[in-house]
Amino acid sequence: MAGTNLKCRECATTYELEPRYVCEQCFGPLEVAYDHSRFVDDVGALRRRIQGGPQNIWRYGDFLPLDGPPGPALRSASRVGLPAGCTPLLRADRLAERVGLGEVWVKNDAHNPTHSFKDRVVAVASQRARELGFDTLACASTGNLANAVAAQAAALGLPSYVFIPSDLEEQKILATGVYGTNLVKVRGNYDDVNRLCTELSGEREGWAFVNVNMRPYYAEGSKTLSYEIAEQLGWATPDRVVAPIASGSLFTKIAKGFEEWLELGLIEGSVPTMNGAQAVGCSPVAQAFDAGADVCRPVKPDTIAKSLAIGNPADGPYALELARRTGGAIDAVDDDEIRAGIRLLAETTGIFTETAGGVTTATLAKLAARGDIGADEKVVIVITGDGLKTLDAVRDTFESYEIEPRLEAFEAAVEQGVHV
Amino acid sequence: MAVTVKIPTQLRAATGGDADTTVEGSTVGEVLEALYGRYDGLQARIAGEDGELRRFVNVYVGGEDIRFLDGLATAVSSGGEVTILPAVAGG
Repeated sequence: MAGTNLKCRECATTYELEPRYVCEQCFGPLEVAYDHSRFVDDVGALRRRIQGGPQNIWRYGDFLPLDGPPGPALRSASRVGLPAGCTPLLRADRLAERVGLGEVWVKNDAHNPTHSFKDRVVAVASQRARELGFDTLACASTGNLANAVAAQAAALGLPSYVFIPSDLEEQKILATGVYGTNLVKVRGNYDDVNRLCTELSGEREGWAFVNVNMRPYYAEGSKTLSYEIAEQLGWATPDRVVAPIASGSLFTKIAKGFEEWLELGLIEGSVPTMNGAQAVGCSPVAQAFDAGADVCRPVKPDTIAKSLAIGNPADGPYALELARRTGGAIDAVDDDEIRAGIRLLAETTGIFTETAGGVTTATLAKLAARGDIGADEKVVIVITGDGLKTLDAVRDTFESYEIEPRLEAFEAAVEQGVHV
Repeated sequence: MAVTVKIPTQLRAATGGDADTTVEGSTVGEVLEALYGRYDGLQARIAGEDGELRRFVNVYVGGEDIRFLDGLATAVSSGGEVTILPAVAGG
């Protein structure tokens, strides 16, 4: 594989490509390092190889930390497990017009098998877990990951354990349990669930916690979002990306994806300005950004954006560094703005997103109103999940008519505007 | 003031395989000092030269992150439990 080793982001100690996520020297996070030098001589051939690959993330297998894609051959990869990716990138002129911008694109990752970007990271983590000999999948989840792990485990025929906060949205609980997983509702918030799973992962050999002991591999899956965006924009980077921040992993890996391809000369442009989006009720990274701090002070989440409700974000320091380095920012929007963001995206694009997408869309609107975005900028917003998973956020936010099945009733109620 | 300390797998190479141990101390800082005294090489892995915990180390007292309490000055009662865990999980 192109991956060469695991490397500590803090002290640069290297390790073999093992099921390991923490540096034993300094407790820093480990990240996969690659050697892509064999591609440098013929970037055209690499581009053609990608274009000839399957219509899912396995087309980017050369940039993922796997011995190989699942299946006996690349062509069969589409039929193993639940392949993710190759989601639409839609030009959103009506959204751009509403917020006063020139060019906005929506990367709609609700189009994945379980309707969120988590299918990407789980596809990579579960494949690596199988390569390393694990027999059980597990995760600590705010909901979307729960869906993705339960479904992927079902597709692969592996047992799974999914740990969630007990107060999660009903839609996300139902859309997890249906796959036949061992669903564990933990009385506490996500950070409590995460602490339990961190402890458990050290005690259960054979269990691959996708976002704990598999985390370096898992996180690499998020790079496929930027590979796709670049490919869909004609092998070029956008000027700016607005993406949500929970742990900060997605946010930082999107930039890593662009950086890898820019370094190879596979795409044109430069690293986009990176704007992070959080909910006010759980905004440790946005608060640290405002304060000029380089570490995040943990918070107790209280927001309708439960999929972003991580009070102690593991990649917070790197998200801060990235936003500053690229001239971006990290902003927070309140629950009313989140609901308005969901509505704005739905009304202008036909895309119904969950609360995290409301956070992202509302942040786009906020940046536009503040004058942070130039009129000639090409902006991509990353919509990470489906509105059907957080229906409570839109309940009672619109009016409807209820009438008898008679013409006069329709005329009296609807055409004269008498709402129920 | 005997306190139980739970040690994560990543530190067990430095503790001779011990997954937990009992030390004396009335604050988290004292408990950690006692722990450093017992196991050579442990301090450098989780704390900087100034004694402050590294940024990717989480310490919990009774299940609560000490950053929500009084940090290293957080009181620990006799028979209490201190848990050390890596912070880089999740998300």
